[in-house]
Formats: sequence, C-alpha cells, structure tokens
Amino acid sequence: MTATARPLRISRWVGLPLLACLALSLVLATPIRVFGLPLPEPVTLMAPAFAWGVLRPALAPAFALLLGGLVLEVLWGAPSGLWAISLLAGYLPVLAIRNVLAGQSNLVLGAWYAVTCLVAQCVGWLITAAVTGSPPALAATALQWLSTVLLFPFTVWLIARFRDADVRFR
Amino acid sequence: MSFRDNPFGEVRLPLLLGAAAAAVVALLVAFALLMTDRRQTYQAGATSALRRASDQVVAPVTGALATPVRWIGGVGQGISGYFFAVSENRRLKSELAVARTWREKAVTLEDENARYRALLGLTLDPPAPMVTARTVSESRGPFANTRLINAGAERGVKVGHPVLTENGLAGRVIGVTPGVSRMLMLTDAASRTPVMIQRTRARAILTGDGGWAPELSYLRGRDAAKEGDLVLTSGDGGVLPRGLAVGRVVRGADGGWRVRLATDAAPIDYVRIVMFEDFVKLEDLRALSRPSPPPPPTPVPALPVQKPKPDQAKPTQARPTQAKPTQARPTEARSTQARPTQARPDPARPDPARPDPAKPAPPPAAQPAPAREPAA
Repeated sequence: MTATARPLRISRWVGLPLLACLALSLVLATPIRVFGLPLPEPVTLMAPAFAWGVLRPALAPAFALLLGGLVLEVLWGAPSGLWAISLLAGYLPVLAIRNVLAGQSNLVLGAWYAVTCLVAQCVGWLITAAVTGSPPALAATALQWLSTVLLFPFTVWLIARFRDADVRFR
Repeated sequence: MSFRDNPFGEVRLPLLLGAAAAAVVALLVAFALLMTDRRQTYQAGATSALRRASDQVVAPVTGALATPVRWIGGVGQGISGYFFAVSENRRLKSELAVARTWREKAVTLEDENARYRALLGLTLDPPAPMVTARTVSESRGPFANTRLINAGAERGVKVGHPVLTENGLAGRVIGVTPGVSRMLMLTDAASRTPVMIQRTRARAILTGDGGWAPELSYLRGRDAAKEGDLVLTSGDGGVLPRGLAVGRVVRGADGGWRVRLATDAAPIDYVRIVMFEDFVKLEDLRALSRPSPPPPPTPVPALPVQKPKPDQAKPTQARPTQAKPTQARPTEARSTQARPTQARPDPARPDPARPDPAKPAPPPAAQPAPAREPAA
C-alpha cells in the first residue's frame, strides 16, 4: 500500500483547520487599531464548517464545531452555547444540500456560503435577543456577516486541498 | 451462524445520517449549556471556572500580540509629533487660553458650591480609590462586547466596579480572576446603565445593542433630550456613581435617541477601575425583601360601659391607618439605599412607620385624612 492510499486522518482535515481558525480569532481579538479602525471580528469557524459539510459527512466536524464554538464563547465573553448553536445551525443545512453543492462552481459555492453564514448570524441574533431582551443592532450583525463572508477564499482552499486527499471523499 | 460472526457486521449507518445525528447531539449539548449559563446575571461567582481559566490564558497571549503593534504605533506618533510640533504648539496655546478662563470660573463655582453644601448639610459620595490597568483583549461583535483588563482580584478589583477611560465611562467589571478582569462594555447587548441628560435631568436607561451608539430607553417628558446634550450616569440604583461622563445625545437612524459614547474619542487602551462599592450590595437584600411580621394587636383601651354618643368616631375607622406596615416599606428601602449606615433598625428608636404596641392607637380624628386612602 502506498502512502497516498492511506486514509486521511481526522486531525488533518478537521483538527488543523479548527486550530488555525481559533488562532486567527485570537489574533483578531488584539485591541489594536489599524489606520484608526478596529480589527474585524469574523466568525472564522464558519469557513471550515462549510468546507467540512461539502467535503464529507462525518461525526467529527459536529463535535469540532461544538468545541470551537465553546472556545469562541470564552474568548469573546459570549453566553455559553451561543456560537456552538450558531455554527451547527450553519453546518446542518450544508449537510442537507451537499448533493446539490457537489461539482458547483466557486461562484455558486460562494453564494451558498453567504447564505449559510446568514443562517448562523440569524440564529445568533435570535439567541442574543432572547437572552438579553434587546435585539442586537442589525448594522453590527451585517458587518460581522460581511467579514465572515470575506473568508470564503479560505473555504475554497480547504475544499480544494482535501477534496482529493482521500478516496472516501469522492 | 457461528458465535464469532458479528450479526451487525453488515449493518452500516449511512454517513449522512451519522453526521446529522452527531450534529443534533452537539446541538443539544450546546443548548443545555446555553440554558445553564449564568453570565447574564453579572454577579460574583456567575462566571465559570472554565471562563476564568481561559481569561487567564488569553490575556497574556493577546497582550504579547499587541505589544509590537503598540511599539509601531508609538514610533508613528513620535514621527508625527516631530513634524507637527509647531502647529500643535499653536493649538495647545489657544486651548490653554480658553482653559484659564474656565479655571477661574471653576474656582468660583467650587467655592460657591462648597458654601451651598455647608448650608444644606449635603453629604457627597466619598472619593473612591482607582486602579489603572491596560486592556489586553477585546471582542467587538454584535453579540458580545467585552474586554480583558490586566488587573484582577489581587489589586482589589471586584465584580461591578465601573471602568473609565480618560474620556468617560467605558463599562463595568463582570468577571475577576487573579491578574485579569473581564469588562462589559456599554455597547454590549446585555448592558443596562442608568443615565440622565445633564440639561434636563431626565432619566433614562442606556441600552446596549452591539452597535456603536447605545439606545436611550425609557426616556420620558417633552424635550427631554436634544442633539448634543451631555449624558451622565444618574447613580440611580446605587450601581454606579453619579455624574460620570457617558457621551452625547445623537439621533439614530431609526429616529430614536442614542448616545455617541465619550470613549469613542480615542482608542480604549489604558483604563481606570473605580473601587466603587455598589450600595445595593452593601445591604442585605433578602432581609429588605422579607415581609415584615404583622404588628401586634393594639390593646383596646377599656372603655366604660355606656351608650356611645352619635358624634363619637367609630373604632373601625382607625383600622386602615394603623395596620399598613407594607405601605411604608418602599420608603424605608429607598432611604437605606441612599444611606447604608442607617439601614439597620435601631432597637432604641422604634420605626416610625410601624405602630408602637405600647401606645394605644390615636383617635381617628387626629390622623390625617389622606393616610386612610390606599396607596396608589
């Protein structure tokens, strides 16, 4: 058996992207301003969440999103469970329509990614409104959605990197 | 079929179903965590050990990441200061001339205020000590606006302490660990701050929504606010000291009144934590909210057996005024919040709100008429 025929380990296509996204979130939490503007705060884990749903249905991504969401909550000081629920709410529709997404162009994938991010943001918005009693500002929510959508090239790279890395992913 | 054969060997769970089931299980776990979260109470001990531990880990990492950027920013400021020194000198001289006039006015007003306070016997809040610290991490999303500060329990920081910048109020402490505290910004969706408009003294609640300008909720009265009015903390409820600068009133895109925060004038870098003790926490709230025991029965004076005259008052009229201790309670609680040292009842001095069992009830004719009416 050659080295290329070995199955891809979970730590490579789930673990490493998870760690990379959390590291990016940590860097973006630095209280600095560039040219007078604060750094953006995208939901970095939405990029691998979409890619994992497209690549292959598996047990690990769901629990990785749960873990990553909990880390984001303690990092950002958000209520426990908020980001885990939002990320999973974005991941589940991707699983449901992965047959539709297979073989689509990057443009179509990008549109679906934007919709998925919107679903996650809406769920977060509803949870925050229910927990705090006041609806979060739509402009701030839209800004975070936009900065998350801008991470789509990373999603494309993840899909291209791991789509042919394992025979089971086809 | 032999015993060694696995009867379920050929049974394979569809991958998609397995992944969906895993996602649903994870969703249920996350939902359970959300239901058990006590973050919104913002009380001491509400933050979990995991949050405290992560704050202690995150703070030095983001602090180290920010250090080179600070250095670069400092170099940039130095260069611009060198090239723009002349124009800045001119601007500062003109500002100084204006400030001198204001200083003279301030000295006069301070003296006048001191005399008024002496005349009225007014007691102000004692000055509270402060701790200076630096913010080392921030979250600025729509659902959470918090910051980590590199001063914690070892420096006396407690949950509830207000946090100021050089421009005004930034937020308050919601979590404390040794070395690090977490501050809730005024813009957080869960932040509620009692404020007042300086011009009209109109009260409102500053309600954060994750946006750049929190909303002024519960603002009442005609012309209570107008664009540019200064907003200060009202001190209502005893959670925050009175008179801290919050910002200026602006008209929001939705037509409502909002506040452009004073802290937006400059990056929030160094902050001061005011060791202000919440008046509400000084009280035993459970004791205050406990229903007071019913008053002992008033001894009925022995009256001589004789036929009552028609002009004498009926004894039943005296009942509503003498047995209403619950109506007097809100007044009692309010006064204890303002002056905590007077909260404990003095056994030597009976509470005027309660009837003295030793004394008989005064005749109804001596009671003021409004006291018989039920409280609104």
